Amino acid sequence: MSEPLALPADGPLVLGIETSCDETGIGIVRGTTLLANVIASSMEEHARYGGVVPEVAARAHLEALVPALTEALVEAGVTLEELDAIAVTSGPGLSGALMVGVGAAKALALSLGKPLYAVNHLVGHVGADLMDHEPLDYPTIALLVSGGHTSLLHVRDLVSDVELLGETIDDAAGEAFDKVARLLGLPYPGGPEIDRAAVGGDPRAIRFPRGLSQQKDMEKHRYDFSFSGLKTAVARWVERERDEGREVAIADVAASFREAVVDVLLTKAVAACVDLGVPRLLLGGGVVANARVRELAAERCAAAGILLRIPPLSLCTDNGAMIAALGSQLIMAGHAPSGLDFGADSTLPVTAIQQF
Amino acid sequence: MLLAIDTSAGTSVAVVDREAGILAEHSSDDTRRHAEVIGELIAACLADSGIEIADLSGVVSGMGPGPFTGLRVGIAAARAFAFGAGKLVVPIASHDAIAFGEPGLFVVATDARRSELYWSAYGPPDAAGLPTRTAGPSLVKAVDLESAVPAGHRVIRASTVSAASLGLLAEALYANGRPFAADEPLYLRSPDVTLSAGPKRVTS
Ligand SMILES: [Zn+2]
Repeated sequence: MSEPLALPADGPLVLGIETSCDETGIGIVRGTTLLANVIASSMEEHARYGGVVPEVAARAHLEALVPALTEALVEAGVTLEELDAIAVTSGPGLSGALMVGVGAAKALALSLGKPLYAVNHLVGHVGADLMDHEPLDYPTIALLVSGGHTSLLHVRDLVSDVELLGETIDDAAGEAFDKVARLLGLPYPGGPEIDRAAVGGDPRAIRFPRGLSQQKDMEKHRYDFSFSGLKTAVARWVERERDEGREVAIADVAASFREAVVDVLLTKAVAACVDLGVPRLLLGGGVVANARVRELAAERCAAAGILLRIPPLSLCTDNGAMIAALGSQLIMAGHAPSGLDFGADSTLPVTAIQQF
Repeated sequence: MLLAIDTSAGTSVAVVDREAGILAEHSSDDTRRHAEVIGELIAACLADSGIEIADLSGVVSGMGPGPFTGLRVGIAAARAFAFGAGKLVVPIASHDAIAFGEPGLFVVATDARRSELYWSAYGPPDAAGLPTRTAGPSLVKAVDLESAVPAGHRVIRASTVSAASLGLLAEALYANGRPFAADEPLYLRSPDVTLSAGPKRVTS
C-alpha cells in the first residue's frame, strides 16, 4: 500500500470517514468536487445530558457507520470499486469515538485493497472550503470554532505547512454556549438557543468580560481564547438578578454573552491577519452556524480589507466530506498513504496534517 | 471460509475454513492498542492464508462482552470489512468461543475492569459438540464470582479470546443450522453518565 496513485484527470475519488465527536460523517469527493456528504448525528441522545457524552457518541458511531456508508455511495452514485482511496480522521477528538472510525477505515481499505490516509480533523475543517469553490490562496488564517475546539491557524499550505497560532485554554466556544444556555434554562445544544433568545436583546446591555484580552494576557496569550471566566460572569449576573428579586432579562443576557464570545473570536482572528500580513480569513466549525459570528466577521473583515471565506454550513459542522477533501489534496500533492499501525490520537497537533 | 475478528480482550484475527481448519491466526494481547494493531493483524492473516477475499463467505465478529472502547474497534472493523467485501457479518458471543470444545459444567469469566468480571455459565456440550450457554453473559464483582458460580461448575478464567476458535465455532454453528448471536455489542454496562442536577451557584 505504498505506491503513489495514478491520478485521474479530475482528481482522485476519495471516501472520508469522520467520527471525532458526535457526528458520524461519511463524505465522497472527486478532487475538489463534492459528491456526497452524509451526516448521522447523535446530538439528540446527548440533549438530556446537556453536552456530548463520549461513550454515548462512540456507541452511536458504531451503529451509524454502515448505514451512512451505504447512503453516501448512493448519494454519490459511485461504487466501492471505483474509489481511489479512503481517508479517515485519526485526531484530534474523543478517543473512543475516533477509534471506531480508525478501526472501520483500516478494515474497509484492506477489504477493498485501497490506500488509506489518516488525516487531521482541524486541517480537514480548512479543507472543507476547497469543495466547489475557487482554490484557496495561501497563506490564510483559519478560525475554527465548535463545541470541541476553538483554534486559530496559520495555513501556509494545506498539505504541508499549518501552524497553530492559538486555541482555547479552557472551554471551547461551543461549550460556553451550551453552559450559558443551561444557566438560562434553555435546552441543548446552546448555540441556536442563545441565538433565538438573543432576538430583540441589547448586546451592549451588560459588558461581559472578553477573555485573555487585557494587556497582561496579550503578551502570553495573544491568539489564545478563554471562555470559562465569561461563563462564570454570566452565572454571577443571573444569580444576582434572581437574589435581588428581579426577573432576568434573558434576551439582553443572551445577546450580551454572545457579543462577548463573538467579539473576542473576531478581534483575535483579525489581529492575527493584521499582525502576520495575511489578508485572508477562513471560518469553520459548527459555531459558524451562529448568525452573529458570520455578521460580525463580514463587518470586521470588510473594515480591515480582509477577504472572508465561509464554507456552506453543511460543510462547517463536522463531516466526512472535508476529510475526503483533505485526503484528495494529499494524494494530488503526491503524499504516500499512511501505514496500517497509526492509532487514534485525541491530541493530534495541527502540524501533523497526515499521520503515518 | 471465514475471516474472524475479536477485540473483547486483546486483538485477535483469524482466517478459518470448515474443512481445512485454521488457515491463519494473529493476535496481540495488548488490551489498549486495538485501533493500532487491527489493520496489521488483518493484513497478516490475509497474506498468510493466501486466500482471495472473494472466497470468504462471511466476517465473524466477536460481540463481547468486553470493555467498550476496545470491543467496538473489532466490531467496527468486522462490519466495515464485510461491507467492503460484500459479505455477511456473523456475530458470535466472545465467551462462546472460549467455551467451544470445553467439556462438562463450567463458567467462563473475563476481565471487565473496575474490579468486575464478565461471566457466562455453560452446561455440557450438545450432541454436535457445540457450547450450551445456560446463563449470562452478565457482570459480577470479582469478589462475588465464587458465590455466584452454580454448583458443580468449574471456573475458566480467560484473558484472551482466540479469533480462530470464534471462527471455527461460527463454521460449526452454520453447519448444524444453529443461529448466530444478535448483531449488537454486549456492553453489559450503561454509558458512564450522570444527569446533572442543574447549574451550581458560583456566588455564595
Ligand atoms: Zn470539528
